[in-house]
Amino acid sequence: MKADPNLYDYWPYANRPKITWPGGKKLAFWIAPNIEFYEFMPPGNPQRSPWPNAVPNVQQYSQRDFGNRVGHLRLMELLDRHKLRGSVSLNVALCDHHPEIVEDCARRDWEFFSHGIYNTRYSYGLSPDQEQAVLDDSIRSVEAATGQRIRGYLAPALTHTEATLDLIAENDFWYSCDLFQDDQPQPLKTKTGKLVSMPYSLEVNDVITYSVMGMDPDRYADILKRHFDQLLLEGERSGTVMCIPLHAYLVSQPNRIKMFEQALAHITAHRDDVWFATGREIAKHFIDNYWDSSLDDIKARGVATGGTGFSHG
Amino acid sequence: MDKSYLTYPKRGYGQDHEFYKWRLSTERKNIQWKDGTKVAVSLIIPLEFFPLNPSGVPFKHPGAMVTPYPDLRHFTVRDYGNRVGVFRILEALENADVKASFAVNGEVARRYPPLIDAIKNAGHEIIAHGLSTDHIHHEGLSASEEKALITETLSCFHSAPKGWLSPARNQSSRTLGLLRGAGLDYCLDWEMDQLPVAITTDVTLIPNSYELSDFTLLHTRRQTEESWLKQIQDAIELLVSEHTRFGGQMLGLTLTPYVIGQPFRIWALRALLAHVKDNPEVNTLTAGEINQQFVSQNANPS
Repeated sequence: MKADPNLYDYWPYANRPKITWPGGKKLAFWIAPNIEFYEFMPPGNPQRSPWPNAVPNVQQYSQRDFGNRVGHLRLMELLDRHKLRGSVSLNVALCDHHPEIVEDCARRDWEFFSHGIYNTRYSYGLSPDQEQAVLDDSIRSVEAATGQRIRGYLAPALTHTEATLDLIAENDFWYSCDLFQDDQPQPLKTKTGKLVSMPYSLEVNDVITYSVMGMDPDRYADILKRHFDQLLLEGERSGTVMCIPLHAYLVSQPNRIKMFEQALAHITAHRDDVWFATGREIAKHFIDNYWDSSLDDIKARGVATGGTGFSHG
Repeated sequence: MDKSYLTYPKRGYGQDHEFYKWRLSTERKNIQWKDGTKVAVSLIIPLEFFPLNPSGVPFKHPGAMVTPYPDLRHFTVRDYGNRVGVFRILEALENADVKASFAVNGEVARRYPPLIDAIKNAGHEIIAHGLSTDHIHHEGLSASEEKALITETLSCFHSAPKGWLSPARNQSSRTLGLLRGAGLDYCLDWEMDQLPVAITTDVTLIPNSYELSDFTLLHTRRQTEESWLKQIQDAIELLVSEHTRFGGQMLGLTLTPYVIGQPFRIWALRALLAHVKDNPEVNTLTAGEINQQFVSQNANPS
């Protein structure tokens, strides 16, 4: 086990080369509804139990099912009203369980990326071949359901192996949502490919704000606005990214959606300065325009460590 | 239970250790801050390295990895503080013209020289904060092991720090004795007073509030930034009011880059700094400046 994953080099936020988003925009905003399937009777994993207490966990299972039956539609209609396209973090088994939802998203020209097969199947203990099979399944399932080739990955339930990021780069993924070290995209040190670490944010993720931090809807709306205002301010110097990762079983609850809409209204009122994009579009723009200059700047700082992820140079 | 369990060899007047004497707050010799203000606020900013594979000996540091290896989630959230959050704090300090004390793990100094340069160039103070969050000082270490830990930590810095904050603020009964021997003048682990306390090992203990730390209130206790700010303002107001009786007062406050340095929270630090700057009875001092003024007035010898 390594003390430091060595997935990226130290890169101080101050005085980085300037990023400009298409149209001269300062902040790239993307919204990532997690469309998830938690199994009723998942198998155990030696390193982590699939549900916090017992299996089956009726209250938690059915709350997530509320997200699928009621919540996603409510959220889709809200995003429609604000002319926003989602980038779906998809447990790909949902293509089989609830194809109606995937079709609804695809019809809206939303992007899909993989969030594993199920949120109740962890990466811990998978061999590289087994993890590759999860990636093959993800690529194939989404392609069959929507025609889209997925380019992003968020490991199921944020569970990883040392091989995860190398594997997704090898499979021509363009971005990872698994790392939370920054508010700008940046290159990852994978063995092959050009894999971007994409700001995805745990801090403003509704699972953290509602379930972990116990915020009320007013406070959630308030931090979303403040988060946005600060990143927009800094985006003047060099383009920032704001992502709101969402879970319809939380944000789309009848007591919460109104305040969320107020936050979205605040954000979408800044169309002159904000690039409303998907994860794939942001990753592509970064790779095409800033990949090399970022690496050059990191190198110029004099603290690059070489090597690739989990393997020190 | 063994008989010794019901014997009380240290039962008697005063403390049950030799580092300082028992003294009620009313019995102190007063301090007067040189600039004539009533309250000195000292901002302590920990810069920490959280290994992905913590040993957890003798316990897991607050903020250490949580989920099974490799816990990239908690590793990168902590790392955000050293890459991004700290630069937001530095900017807020610069705009308010305030100097702070950065408590730096040896591992951070070793790994991130540009960060150390940015702090030094801005005129802030650097104090040592142990080797990493997984190098906790505790009773299970021998004196030579602990001494080696301190020596290695100090060797990570180009100019030797004069102040010390232990990882997780944990110590062994030997730590205070070892600090002076290693050339350190003050320590920010203890908080039994509202003023510095001189101790038998000639190290000054500079109080550092756990209850008003952003990590405690915003992270552990999940209170709001508004509440954190108001509690600090209330504390300052109370300390100002006690100046008449007790002389110059101080408040040590921790600002954690991966907590207060988040985009949605940084406004609260700006508001705190503005509050301090707008109040003629309050000023900020680094821990080193507090120690200097304290020692020169020889206010509370042990």
